Amino acid sequence: MVQPMKRRPTTVDRFLDRWLPQIVVSPLFAMSLFFVYGFIVWTVYISFTRSSVLPSYALDGLSQYVRLWATPRWYVALTNLFIFSSLFIICCTAIGILLAILLDQRIRIEGAIRTIYLYPMALSFIVTGTAWKWILNPGLGIEHLMQQLGYENFHFDWLVNPDMAIYTIVIAGVWQSSGYAMALFLAGLRSVDDEVLKAAAIDGAGPIRTYVSIILPMMRPVFMSTFIILAHLAIKSFDLVMALTGGGPGYATDMPATFMYSFAFQRSELGTAAASAVMMLVTILAIIVPYLYSELREKNR
Amino acid sequence: MSAQAVAGIVRAGGMRQRVLRVLLFAVLCLFCLYYLAPLFVMITTSLKPLAEIRSGSLISLPKQVTFDAWGKAWSTACVGVRCNGLKPYVLNSVMMVVPAVLISTFLGAINGYALTKWRFRGADTIFAMMLFGAFIPFQVVLLPMARVLGVLGLAGSVYGLILVHTVYGLAFTTLFFRNFFIGVSDGIIRAAMIDGAGFFGIFFRIVVPMAPPAIVVTVIWQFTQIWNDFLFGIAFTVGDSNPVTVALNNVVNTSTGVKEYNVDMAAAIIAAIPTLLIYLVAGRYFVRGLAAGAVKG
Repeated sequence: MVQPMKRRPTTVDRFLDRWLPQIVVSPLFAMSLFFVYGFIVWTVYISFTRSSVLPSYALDGLSQYVRLWATPRWYVALTNLFIFSSLFIICCTAIGILLAILLDQRIRIEGAIRTIYLYPMALSFIVTGTAWKWILNPGLGIEHLMQQLGYENFHFDWLVNPDMAIYTIVIAGVWQSSGYAMALFLAGLRSVDDEVLKAAAIDGAGPIRTYVSIILPMMRPVFMSTFIILAHLAIKSFDLVMALTGGGPGYATDMPATFMYSFAFQRSELGTAAASAVMMLVTILAIIVPYLYSELREKNR
Repeated sequence: MSAQAVAGIVRAGGMRQRVLRVLLFAVLCLFCLYYLAPLFVMITTSLKPLAEIRSGSLISLPKQVTFDAWGKAWSTACVGVRCNGLKPYVLNSVMMVVPAVLISTFLGAINGYALTKWRFRGADTIFAMMLFGAFIPFQVVLLPMARVLGVLGLAGSVYGLILVHTVYGLAFTTLFFRNFFIGVSDGIIRAAMIDGAGFFGIFFRIVVPMAPPAIVVTVIWQFTQIWNDFLFGIAFTVGDSNPVTVALNNVVNTSTGVKEYNVDMAAAIIAAIPTLLIYLVAGRYFVRGLAAGAVKG
């Protein structure tokens, strides 16, 4: 028998050889079990209790959910989430695909342009929010600028107008994330097989037809994953709202994430906060699980 | 890259094509302006004195450049009731981000290595279960985390944030390294095993020297995520231990006294400089992280 080690392996050595990978992974896995799964279980449990300032562990059925769904502010948050995420996803996708197609036309300075389109992704949403808060400032921002340019009657008070404030968050969100969508689509365009393009050219398909009826349909998986990423960003959006409007005026721009934060850390209604967090988790799972499932099935095929 | 080789679908040549080409560039440049405008406004505003901001135009260059706002944002601006500027909070962020990035990257590397190169039974299940942590909305862990930090005596401290960012960064760092190590040939590992190298020997002498691309992508991703984090910062720290994002938000929303927009903008740029610099220096790796960190295994 070949004996690679100089000293005779002890039982401890042999044990370590066999089990070291598991020994290294298990504390990390345990960490994940505790901090992710354990915490989710705790939050779900709390959402079924009467906890308010302090957690109480006596089960109280669905009362927190009943309360949550009877809270007008929760409906405001849901409506805002719906408005924000649909506009955010539509605008980012439209701008992203447009820019990706334009950039795919053998542009010499493509690298520089791409760097410019994507840099907002390196910024914190708080920085983005601060910048747009200033630009959209009624009085000194865009409104003032347009009036100086001669449009005396131009008014733009969306930031402080409860009916319109949610759209300012869309404006800033799209500015920050549309370059990201562009990058995802561009990678998708680059992975389209050259042979397909050549065949289309031989068949005499023009550039617009080639894109609309050949390339874009081939990119369905890219559209799918971009949608998932943007939806994920939208549901989690918290920072941008806090920086731009702080959820206001009043709670006009509340979203589930800010609702949860406010109920948990400002109003100390732990049960309701937990219930809203569980609703967020369920929403994300409803989007992600079918996607991952279909991805895995495709890979196994 | 291969599509570059095939002619772009809009080909040059002919009058009509040339017009299209000009149009194409016009649209691309217009969008460059769109993305750059807020940064331009931030920088010019931060260099103007307050009087000029009130009387002047949003998009004009400063008539007299002054760095007063920058000085104030750095050392005397009021964050809530304390007026020490952003400096202490930038330090907090540095003290938080450096250990959190190093620890989570190291743990992710060794975890990804163990899960791909020592494929013990259940390794794939463990990976899938750990990856789940990358998808959850963090609201669902805020309440129990606050209590656990309290029990550990880490509530309201930078150390608490280091723990939080390490724990929740692990899913991403493991993902990055697993994807990288899957592409590393098992033959090298097996050869080393036959030579008598053990788990850690192979890791430090063979795997880590091969992994700089994955390490760079992971470090940049983690740095950007943790530096830019706001949710954990505002939920788990108070006053003195706030990271810079929370402090920036407090500067902007401090309602006492005259609103100094130039100071706000200078503060925002100060908070943005570290991640912007990394993006400019290592943008390629940043984009790679974005593509990998995009919600897919």
